[in-house]
Amino acid sequence: MAVAAEKKEVKKIIDLGLEEGAKKLTPEKIEITINNALAAMGGARLDAYVSTCIHCGLCSEACHFYLSHDGDPHFSPVGKVKQTMWEILKNKGRVSPDSVKKIAEIAYTECNLCRRCSMYCPFGIDIAYIISSVRRICHLLGVTPQYLQDTAHSHAATMNQMWLKQDEWIDTLFWQEDDYRREIKNLTIPLDKEGADIMYSVIGPEPKFLAMLIGNAAKIMNVAGIDWTFPSFDGWDNSDMAMFSGDQEIMGRVKRAHFEAAMRLKVKRIVMGECGHAFRSVYDVGNRWFGWKMPPVPVIHAIQFYYELIKEGRIKIVKKFKEPVTLHDPCNVMRGRGLGDMARYVVNAICEDFRDMSPNKEHNYCCAAGGGVINCGPPWKLKRMEGNRVKAEQMKATGARVVITPCHNCHSGIEDIIGYYKLGMHTKFISDILVDAIEVPESMKAKK
Amino acid sequence: MEATQKSEEKVQPISKQGIPSPLHTATPLDRGKDAESRMDWDTKEKMIANTDEWKSRYAEVRPFNVSEDGEKIGAVVQNDDETFTVCINGNPWEETYEKIWSFKFTNEGKAACLVLKDNAWTVALDGIPWNEKFDYAWNLQIAPNGRSIGINIKKDDQYGVCLGDKPWVQGFADVRNLFISSDGTKAAASVAVKRLAEADIFNFQKGVWTVAVNGVPWDKNFVNVWGLAFSPDGRHVAAETRINLYDYAVVVDGNMWPQTYKCVCEPCFTAKNNVIAPVKIAKGWTLALDGKPIWGPFIQVWPPKFSSDGQKIAAVVASEFGRWTIAVDGSAWKQTFSDTVLDPVFSPDGKRVAAIAKESKDPMNMGSSLHSIEGNDRWTIVVDGIPWNQDFDMIWDPVFSPDGSTVAAKAEINGKYCVAVNGKAGKKMFDALWSPVFSPRGDKILVRCIGGGKYYRYVVPLDEI
Ligand code: SF4
Ligand code: SF4
Repeated sequence: MAVAAEKKEVKKIIDLGLEEGAKKLTPEKIEITINNALAAMGGARLDAYVSTCIHCGLCSEACHFYLSHDGDPHFSPVGKVKQTMWEILKNKGRVSPDSVKKIAEIAYTECNLCRRCSMYCPFGIDIAYIISSVRRICHLLGVTPQYLQDTAHSHAATMNQMWLKQDEWIDTLFWQEDDYRREIKNLTIPLDKEGADIMYSVIGPEPKFLAMLIGNAAKIMNVAGIDWTFPSFDGWDNSDMAMFSGDQEIMGRVKRAHFEAAMRLKVKRIVMGECGHAFRSVYDVGNRWFGWKMPPVPVIHAIQFYYELIKEGRIKIVKKFKEPVTLHDPCNVMRGRGLGDMARYVVNAICEDFRDMSPNKEHNYCCAAGGGVINCGPPWKLKRMEGNRVKAEQMKATGARVVITPCHNCHSGIEDIIGYYKLGMHTKFISDILVDAIEVPESMKAKK
Repeated sequence: MEATQKSEEKVQPISKQGIPSPLHTATPLDRGKDAESRMDWDTKEKMIANTDEWKSRYAEVRPFNVSEDGEKIGAVVQNDDETFTVCINGNPWEETYEKIWSFKFTNEGKAACLVLKDNAWTVALDGIPWNEKFDYAWNLQIAPNGRSIGINIKKDDQYGVCLGDKPWVQGFADVRNLFISSDGTKAAASVAVKRLAEADIFNFQKGVWTVAVNGVPWDKNFVNVWGLAFSPDGRHVAAETRINLYDYAVVVDGNMWPQTYKCVCEPCFTAKNNVIAPVKIAKGWTLALDGKPIWGPFIQVWPPKFSSDGQKIAAVVASEFGRWTIAVDGSAWKQTFSDTVLDPVFSPDGKRVAAIAKESKDPMNMGSSLHSIEGNDRWTIVVDGIPWNQDFDMIWDPVFSPDGSTVAAKAEINGKYCVAVNGKAGKKMFDALWSPVFSPRGDKILVRCIGGGKYYRYVVPLDEI
């Protein structure tokens, strides 16, 4: 189903992070840094991927950038590897500052590390791993998009994504508790409750911009009778844009703070809010940097948690959402964790009219916001929109009015696509719908 | 012991200090050598408070907390008029507040918490608020010797620290990682000396963070400053820093070690004022002493702990990827664990080491739900490299008897709690329990517990646990 985009004049994109970073480079510095980086990466996995690829191009049809640019080979997965890692390897690290800038632009803004292409490659080559390695090199060269770099700085300085001060985090929890106590008697958002069953963790944008999501979670936890807690101290933010900028040391540090918070609180599980990349960082990438093969404390994504609550009857659905909805499958928990069926169980349980997308589950198209691309900020927004026409078409074809997006990056990215392609839809998190669908026992209702 | 096993109440324990202490504190809790000897070890059973009665008396009772000697139990409670106060052993403070949190007992049994009244936050100690008031206050910390309290504060959009009702004179753009000296007279923190505009990556990379000791910043800035430590005599401060986006350094009193590293973790001081920190080198992680590697390398090394005489060092290490254990003086225990091992605890004589370990039979299968996987996520205690036979749903820090022969810990089984001793779960289960305390002779254990809706303090001979 074709969609019409707003026509905008194409201007050269200036990103100070790339421009100023490239200015500081010399050919010698580039060569030494790249070769040191390649040596430190160990190379076996990268070598295997690079030497196995037969340039067949079967991965192309997987990529939303390629499809949305009418088959432009520059945007095919293998095309992007050719312009970046192959360029680096072919020249043994002897690439110019301008080339580094171009390589960085491709690696950070034209690939979401969504891993859809790996499923189309006959050898399962992990293009996202190759592009992540390119990003690592760009980080070491100091050529990274300004806004993404700023987010990595925020993680390093504050252990959260949004430069949130510690009092701002605590205060948000207090006012959410106050607000929801008007609805639920004695609702609590327990802080630092040692020995609780669950530590709930969220991403920085929740306290910064979407505090009602914390209130939603509190209502669900209280109604379901869950013994839960938040840390008042650093480690509450499960997100990790340093993972996407290529700053692995900060990525590991942020994950350590997260797991140590859970271990200090002596919880048995971490339940994460509706975020995909954070799940990838906690479950797959960040934990491993510090030597944890798996998370030291089990981690459950919100989809799994809601599934359990409904399935076990800990919450009762009494008011289903009426408008037609569709579901966007976030790559990091669908391809990354296989939660497609659980998500559909939850959506069907809380919505009357669910219209699935096609393709879906692990085959779903990426939102084009993930992998740190949306965090590259305003300079790259138009490019991001143009790179995902295929998603707009896919959503429009469902005829739904609401797109459920159980991931923060997807949520913002899809809202942008809806606006840009004038789809007349809007996005919701699962908890936005769930919180109004559940029964609140009379005994729990606050006196008006 | 009469505590019931059948109570229906859902009392959840919290730590003896409210906010659980960091996993890697460089300065151990110093209760004073004779703290245990001052406790009552003769009275076998004391029913201190009817905690169920509090629940009918107040609109809301928040999690309980008990004093180290077990003589007091307290909680933040809400009155019917929606104000909050603190109830200790059934007696509420006279003063009420709009909000109260971070309630804990000091080592001397004083009740401390953060309170809000008329839009101003402060500390209340045994019901008496500090004179100084702030726009915000958090991170209530008690000095290792228990004699002073420090908090993070915000006032007039400036961040700072208040130690013992005396706020720092200078304010900062941000303050984090508060650390109090052993004697409670000094506080250090990482501070941002400049406010940056949105997305100003260039000035951030020039460095706006440093260390402030008692409010006075060092004259050098860094890209980042994280974990801090005071020397035992409180005269020196070590910091974990990043000096540019790629190089990490340990800095002592403002002076960098000559070597930089790929990464470092928070440093700590030895008894002789040397500085030790885990550092990442080309081959992995090691411990560096004043800049020189002394161990390893390992896949990972966490910040170490010292025996009380300062002669031995133990630290959590990953001896291979995904396998965790303890190394003592650089030698790793043979037995390793799949999920995690927590900070080592030395026996008082420094001869033995115990630590919490978590093991999963099928570690790659994390499970997709709240249902546990058989044999996964099991917690136990390891002593000198040998794990206890029994494992638990959760276990708390091991506690050695004074002669080091016995190890006890609070343990959880099916939502109830017991004192486990030398690997065996105690006979009695409780609805809530705090960590065991040994008598000075090591023949008795103080059990602080809630059962049947009442808080008890029991003194139990070791062989009757
Ligand atoms: S965006 Fe996704 S499909 Fe496209 S190249 Fe990157 S990982 Fe592959
Ligand atoms: S499908 Fe696989 S082998 Fe073919 S070009 Fe793409 S990455 Fe290379």
